[in-house]
Amino acid sequence: MNVADWVVLLGTLVGIAAYGSWRTCQIGSLNTYLKGRQSTGWGTIGLSVMATQASAITFLSLPGQGFESGIGFVQNYFGLPLALIIVSGVFLPMYRRFGVYTAYEFLGRRFDWKTRLLGAGLFQLQRGFSAGVTIYAPAIILSTMLGWPLDLIVVCIGFLVIAYTVTGGTEAVSLTQKWQMAVIFIGMVTAFIVLLVELPVGLGFNDAAHVAGALGKLQAVDLSIDPSRRYTLWTGLLGGLFLSLSYFGTDQSQVQRYLGGDSLRESRLGLMFNALLKIPMQFLILLIGALLFVFYQFERPPLFFNQSEWQRHAQGPEGGTFRALEKRHVVAVADSEKAIRAWLHTRTSQDAAVEPIARATMLEANRQTAAVRSEAKAALLAADPRAKTKDSDYVFITFILAKLPHGLLGLLIAVMFAAALSSLAAELTALSTTTTIDFWRYFRPLAAADEARNVRVARRFTALWGLVAVAFALLVGFAENLIEAVNIVGSIFYGVVLGIFLVAFFFRRVGGSAVFFAALAAQALVIAMFLSLNIGYLWYNLIGCAVCIVFSMLVQTVLGPRANTDPGRAA
Amino acid sequence: MTGLLPPDQRSDAEPPGLPGFHTWRGVYLFVFGWFVLAVVLLAVFARIFS
Repeated sequence: MNVADWVVLLGTLVGIAAYGSWRTCQIGSLNTYLKGRQSTGWGTIGLSVMATQASAITFLSLPGQGFESGIGFVQNYFGLPLALIIVSGVFLPMYRRFGVYTAYEFLGRRFDWKTRLLGAGLFQLQRGFSAGVTIYAPAIILSTMLGWPLDLIVVCIGFLVIAYTVTGGTEAVSLTQKWQMAVIFIGMVTAFIVLLVELPVGLGFNDAAHVAGALGKLQAVDLSIDPSRRYTLWTGLLGGLFLSLSYFGTDQSQVQRYLGGDSLRESRLGLMFNALLKIPMQFLILLIGALLFVFYQFERPPLFFNQSEWQRHAQGPEGGTFRALEKRHVVAVADSEKAIRAWLHTRTSQDAAVEPIARATMLEANRQTAAVRSEAKAALLAADPRAKTKDSDYVFITFILAKLPHGLLGLLIAVMFAAALSSLAAELTALSTTTTIDFWRYFRPLAAADEARNVRVARRFTALWGLVAVAFALLVGFAENLIEAVNIVGSIFYGVVLGIFLVAFFFRRVGGSAVFFAALAAQALVIAMFLSLNIGYLWYNLIGCAVCIVFSMLVQTVLGPRANTDPGRAA
Repeated sequence: MTGLLPPDQRSDAEPPGLPGFHTWRGVYLFVFGWFVLAVVLLAVFARIFS
C-alpha cells in the first residue's frame, strides 16, 4: 500500500466515524439514543438492515466460497425474502404497537419476566460470541495479507467503533452505516469491473461464465433432498426461512434497526428494500468468486492462497515435499489452461463431436489441479496437525492486492473495514440496549424515570460490550471457516428463540411458565443433536423452533389453562 | 416493570403510499413474485452456462 491507499483508507473510515460522532454528540434522549431519530426514512433503515447483516466476513469469505464451491451458497438466502414479509406483516406491527425498545421486552409483556430474561440472555450469549468474530475474522486475514499486527487491527477496529457508538448510539450507527454501505457498493462494483478487465484478451464475460459453468461453479439451484448436503433449494427455503425469520424478527441487532423511524410504513419499506436486493447482491458477490476461479485458470495462482502459512512450513524440514508439490502445481495449471483453451475453441468450431471430448479433457485437467491442491493441504497437516488448511478466505484479498491499482486498493481494504465497523456497531448498540432495558432497568425500576441517567448507563454498557468484543477477539482462536462458524452458532440458538416468539404471536393459550421450560428443554435437545448428529446446520433452526412450540403446548396442557391471557400486562 | 410508550394504534392501517400499490398485501405479493423470478432466473442462468 502506498500513500494514496492510506489516504483513501483512513480518510474513508475515520471521516465517516468522525462525521457520525459529530452529528450525534448532542443526543440526550434515551429514545433517540436507542432507536434513532423519529425522522429516519425507509432508505436509511433499509441500508442499515443490510449493513448490519453484511459484515466483513461476507466480503472476504463469500468470494472464496464462490471460488471453492461455486455459487450454490446463494440458496442460503432463499428464505430471506419470505421471512422479511412475515416480519413486516406480523412481528413489526406488534413491536411498534407496544413501543418497545427490545424484542425481549415484548416477551415480558406477552409472557413474564423469566421468559423475557431467557430471550435476552440467549441473544447476548450468541451475539456476544458473534461480535468477537466480527472483529477477528477480517483482522486475521488482513493481518496475514498486509503484514500488519493482528492485535493492532483488532484494537483499531474495536476502538473506532466504540468511539462513535458510545457517542451517538443507534442514531450514529444508522448515519455511518449509510455511508459505509456506499463505500462497500462502490468498492465491490469496482472489483467486479477490474476482474472482468483482467480476464485474458479475447475472453469476455460470456466465455468466462461458460468456463465457470462447465467446471461446476455456477450450480445455483440444487434440488437434492439429501439431508447431509448443506446448501440445497430445500435447506434454503426451510432452514433459511427459519434462520432469517429468527435473525430479522428476534435478533435485537436487526430489530433495533427498524424499530425507529417515523412510522410503520418506513420500517416496512426498509425491510422490503432488503427482500428485493439481498439475493441479487449475494449472487453478485458469489459470482465474483466464480469468475476469480476462471481468472486463476489463466494466471497461475499460488498453490495455497494463505502464503504466510504455506511459507512458514515450506521453510521447515518438510520443505522438499512442498517444493515438489509446487512444481507439480505449475505443470497442472499449465495443462488445465491448455485444456480450457482447447475446449473454448471447440465451442466455436463446426464439429459438434469434438466438444464432449475436449470438455472431458478439461474436467480431467481441472481434477488434477484440484488433486494437487488437496495434496498440498494434506502436506500442511502432515507438517503441522494444527496448520490452517482452509485458504478460500484469502482468495479475494490475494486478487485485490495483486491486481488493483493504488487508490482502488485502499478503497477495497476500506470496504472490508467499513463492513466490519458497520456490523460491529449494530451489535454493540443491540447488546447495550438489551443490557440496559432488559436487565439494568428491569432490576432497577426506579431508575427508569431518570432519562439522563439511562443514557449515561446505555453509553457505559456500549463501551463495556465493545471492550468485551475486543478482548474476545484478542484472546480466543476461532474456527477456520468464519462465516459458517457464525451461522452454526446462530442456528443452534436462533430456532428456540424464534419458537418462543411464534408461541407469543400465534398460541395465545400458552403462558410464560410453559414456554420458558419448553424453551430450556428444546435448547438442550438442539445442543445434544448438534453434538451427536451429522445434519446440515440450517435444519437446527427448524428443529429448535418446532420442538419449542410442541413442548410449549404439551407443558401448557400439563399445567392446565392459563389464568390470564391479556398480552398487555408488563414484566 | 419498564417504562413503555403508549401503544401506537394509528400505524396498523397505514397504506404503503407507493405508486400502483394500495395495500401491503399487494406489496408483499410483488416481493414474493420477485423472489420466484429471482430463483427461476438463477436456475436458467445455471442451465445456460452449465
